[in-house]
Amino acid sequence: MPKMTVDPYYCKGCGLCIKACPKKIIRFSEEINAKGYHYAECFDQDSCIACKLCYVTCPDVAITVEK
Amino acid sequence: MQVIAQRPKSLRDIPFTYCPGCLHGVAHRLIAESMDELDIRNKTMGVAPVGCSVFAYKFFDCDMAQAAHGRAPAVATGMKRSRPDMCVFTYQGDGDLAAIGTAEIVHAANRGENITVFFVNNAIYGMTGGQMAPTTLPGMKTSTSPYGRDADDIGYPIKASELLATLEAPYYIERVSLLSPQEILKAKKCVHSALKYNKEKRGFTFIEFISTCPTNWGIEPIKSRDWARENMLKFFEIGCFRDKSKTVEGGK
Amino acid sequence: MAQKVLMKGNEAVAEAAIRAGCRLYFAYPITPQSELIEYMAKMMPKVKGTFIQAESEVAAINMVYGASGCGRRVMTSSSSPGISLKMEGLSYIAGAKLPAVVVNIQRGGPGLGDIQPSQADYFQATKGGGHGDYRLIVLAPNSVQEFADMASEAFDLADKYRNPVMLLADGLLGQMMEPVEFKPAKTEEEIEKLNKQHYDWCMRTNEDGDDRHHHEINSLELDPNVLEKHVLSLHEKYKDIQKNEVRYEKINVKDDNEILCVAYGTASRIVKSAITELQKEGHSVGLVRPITVWPYPSEVIANSITKKTKKVIVFELSLGQMVEDVKLAVNGKLPVDFLGRAGGIVFTPDEVIAKIKESL
Repeated sequence: MPKMTVDPYYCKGCGLCIKACPKKIIRFSEEINAKGYHYAECFDQDSCIACKLCYVTCPDVAITVEK
Repeated sequence: MQVIAQRPKSLRDIPFTYCPGCLHGVAHRLIAESMDELDIRNKTMGVAPVGCSVFAYKFFDCDMAQAAHGRAPAVATGMKRSRPDMCVFTYQGDGDLAAIGTAEIVHAANRGENITVFFVNNAIYGMTGGQMAPTTLPGMKTSTSPYGRDADDIGYPIKASELLATLEAPYYIERVSLLSPQEILKAKKCVHSALKYNKEKRGFTFIEFISTCPTNWGIEPIKSRDWARENMLKFFEIGCFRDKSKTVEGGK
Repeated sequence: MAQKVLMKGNEAVAEAAIRAGCRLYFAYPITPQSELIEYMAKMMPKVKGTFIQAESEVAAINMVYGASGCGRRVMTSSSSPGISLKMEGLSYIAGAKLPAVVVNIQRGGPGLGDIQPSQADYFQATKGGGHGDYRLIVLAPNSVQEFADMASEAFDLADKYRNPVMLLADGLLGQMMEPVEFKPAKTEEEIEKLNKQHYDWCMRTNEDGDDRHHHEINSLELDPNVLEKHVLSLHEKYKDIQKNEVRYEKINVKDDNEILCVAYGTASRIVKSAITELQKEGHSVGLVRPITVWPYPSEVIANSITKKTKKVIVFELSLGQMVEDVKLAVNGKLPVDFLGRAGGIVFTPDEVIAKIKESL
């Protein structure tokens, strides 16, 4: 099963991955990270198709994609 | 399950110091991934500039020098000539490369130094807080062009790739865009080629990234890419300005 | 025994640098140091070294920064206006704790000045020049032989302290021909060993595993507490240099000296001639010649004053830049007088004799 994870340690909540995702399964978390950002998270891993576009667009290299 | 995309080995485990949505990080990743793919991480040295990417020396997992403003190509020249067996790259912004460092970049390119120069063009000075850059577009407002850049008074933006392409020596010059995932994938191929040519000691290679500055443009990250597409790409055309692998026999 | 050859100072220092293991040289032509860059252009390829005529002195000093960051013996040279351009780079080199050798064949200033010999860059060399709290080790030769000897000494000092070293000469010393005897050239094995001495901090190839390193050549530190610590560590190093590396020559310094002279470089040769003449007339005049103008031989000057000394006189090819250091050394015990010429004019022994006789 494809899976994307965001590392809150790196994420700054810019939202570029949310825009990039063709399945629209990424959102800002309600939690904040140590820097105070609402980091991105995947709320529907089952729908992930491992297209990697979130990873490609992420300027903080915070995303890992598995397949 | 298998990991198909993750932080490249050539990036250290340190969060970037860039603003949210700033595309410096994308450029960093493309370079680091290419270093991994070409297996040159252990024989690469880089030079960080003055500007937002002044801390780039912390981010890449190879030995790095931090250069005085604009001098990165000269520093890289000293490094490459000292260790010709290693790959050397510089990472520079538009103020660093196209204003204070014009002499150094032109002459390093003209010597055909065996280095790769990564040039990030976002039409503004980021680190000092949004002043006019040599690449600021005509009419564009910045803190030092508060009424818009008046080309009749201060001149037009400098097209660094086209400028360097007038020289004989450079081996490869290409301008790429980081404004969408699709364009980033294309840019990746160019970054990979530049470092591959570097590894093969073919000559001077140059990649210009069209990037954004959400903070100092005052436009949020997603819309800033749209703004760049509508405004910057008209002036700074995407494309390859030199590729001797296609024009010179045997690519040498 | 090695053969003596007749050479210009500019060429001799270049040859000596190559013999000392310098294999990278970056510079920009300027009178009166151009023979140095021309000699390097001719000889570096013969030892498989690197010679680049840079686009500017600014670029040249930054090439030095890059090469030195790789732990290699590297040199640049220029004359006064060009040295001003190198000051930015020198500050970075000092801040990043890099060894490097810079030769200044001084000419008349300020501004474009002229191309005659001068000593008007003393402040720039010894008091800073570039920005920030840093010091250069500054060696001031007064003969072609000493100039050549100092090249290898300069590299040794630069490596030992990881600090830039300046050879402060002038147009006369650069252009003048004198017999010189060179030390044997370092072998390839010796140079390889020199290259490896900086492996614990310099930029070089890496490896995976426990020995992996991340070396940064850098002078940036935004945390003021960390930066202060760094500057203090530089300061500790400078104190060591002041303790260990003061060099000087005493000429005719005796208990019965009526006058004590202080002069360095070219000026010291003329003062020495004047002292010899005065001796013939029965006058006892001593000369302290600083060989390092930083660190400065303050104690030596202070200790060379005797009960019979009436005055200390400083002779310089400037309008009195070293006088301040001599006054600090003398510390008010005696009056400090001065004779200097500017604009590239070199005083004659007669002028020196006349000046000394005013006080005899």
